[in-house]
Amino acid sequence: MDSSVNLWPLLGVAVVVAGFLLRANPVLVAVAACGVTGAAAAMPFVALLESLGNAFVKTRNLPLILLLPVAAIGLLERYGLRDRAQAAIARVKSATAGRLLIVYLFARESTAALGLTSLGGHPNMVRPLVAPMAEAAAEAQYGPLPDRLRYRIRAMSAATDNVGLFFGEDIFVAFGAIVLMHTILQAEGIEVDPLHIALWGIPTAISAFIIHAWNLRRLDAQLRRELGAAGAATPVVEKGVA
Amino acid sequence: MTLTIDHLYIAVGLLLASVAVMNLLDRSNPRRVTTALFWGLYATLYLAGERIAPAWIGALMIAMALLAGFGGVRAGKPSVLSDEARRASAARLGNRLFIPALLLPLVTVLGATVFKDVRIGALPLLDPAHLTLVSLGCGALAALLSACWLTRATPLQGVREARRLIDAMSWAVVLPHVLAVLGLLFSETGVGKAVAHLVTSYIGLETRFIAVAVFCLGMALFTIVMGNGFAAFPVMAGGVGIPVLVGVFGANPALMAAIGMFSAYCGTLMTPMAANFNIVPAALLELPDKNAVIRAQIPTALPLLVANIFLLYFLMNL
Repeated sequence: MDSSVNLWPLLGVAVVVAGFLLRANPVLVAVAACGVTGAAAAMPFVALLESLGNAFVKTRNLPLILLLPVAAIGLLERYGLRDRAQAAIARVKSATAGRLLIVYLFARESTAALGLTSLGGHPNMVRPLVAPMAEAAAEAQYGPLPDRLRYRIRAMSAATDNVGLFFGEDIFVAFGAIVLMHTILQAEGIEVDPLHIALWGIPTAISAFIIHAWNLRRLDAQLRRELGAAGAATPVVEKGVA
Repeated sequence: MTLTIDHLYIAVGLLLASVAVMNLLDRSNPRRVTTALFWGLYATLYLAGERIAPAWIGALMIAMALLAGFGGVRAGKPSVLSDEARRASAARLGNRLFIPALLLPLVTVLGATVFKDVRIGALPLLDPAHLTLVSLGCGALAALLSACWLTRATPLQGVREARRLIDAMSWAVVLPHVLAVLGLLFSETGVGKAVAHLVTSYIGLETRFIAVAVFCLGMALFTIVMGNGFAAFPVMAGGVGIPVLVGVFGANPALMAAIGMFSAYCGTLMTPMAANFNIVPAALLELPDKNAVIRAQIPTALPLLVANIFLLYFLMNL
């Protein structure tokens, strides 16, 4: 084994894996892993605290994307934004949870590919609009949903936002990941046009759309299988407030 | 004057301080003192983070983790409108309710594109180093003000609603932040090098298909550990992608890079370490299973990872 590589810090990774498997509080797991990693790398305690503190200050920008929109979104929810979104989708007869999410997947992925990544997101799109609309589409078809399926639709709504964002943004040439890849290849003496990196992402972007859309159709099939007999004849319209 | 990220830090700090005070005064919260302490410490980081000695900030982070880990962060009973009142309000306001909701992304995109180069005197209007976040701040303010105007509510009500959402997400709000700290510590102590060392020294890379598979799976696995594709890319590209795929098998470097990064993203879809994409939404959507979003993503991530391996294998010498 190459003695110049210190394998001890991998203990920190082991702490993370064990912590998540034991379902301990993830914040506590992460901080415990910091302690173990620092100790394994033989960092003195105060140096470790300083390193953690510097990193905590440096990454303060990360939660902004979550915390900035909550006041406006919370206020709109209080006055019925979700009810309104549900009423709007319940009137579209052909809407199903899966079809609605496929449309959102397409919109999210193509706008992200144009660099418009802030048009979606969990706090400002998925919670107030996408997830309630997907639930309402299923309710309009089948009547009240059992909690298990309601949670499954919500989880698929969040998943759809992630898939659309990840596999769309990387074919936008000015995106940070392309810049990073270009810089690293350049440092190794390989000159490539960033546009080519973006273009070669397209086959995967299309595969991602097809695979996830297929999974969304499976969601519709699951709803049909588990609820189909019960609700097809009694569409719920009183949810609508229009 | 330039609108910078520091203004956003002050705004978020004041918001978190209000969350702390509201929880402290709320007798319906079973852990109101520890909850207030948790959000108060987090507010301190935003309001005074750069003026406190780093070692104390490290201690502050550990204190927050202990408060969260031992059940000290709870929510009060939110005062919401009754179902009838809320539906009546939805019917009264109609589609106008969508205006502030759409203003938020619209202003953000406008800020990041049209107002990017606007200057007042010699200074840019929006901080160019943090353009998207500063634009998002403007979008959030525009949405809040228009929502207040539309619903005749006060901005204070907006703060109360923000508290309701932050309370509901609880410690999940700080998880991405703490994991980012762990990620930085991992790179500082050479965890990346150790993983790359394990991958490259114990697996034979003489066969083209195995080399491609190791590269793509390594990207995904590394991202699952680190929670971030940007951390995985330099290590796997430097360890396998450039020397083996490009150097030995003559792969197109642009294709190697593009598919490598997308393989890393498949890993992002499957890891609780990418908390802002996977754990926070579960909290935000009030799902009882915190891994529900990951479970929903695995049937997309695994087939896509296989597709990536074959795409790279068949397209690499085009």
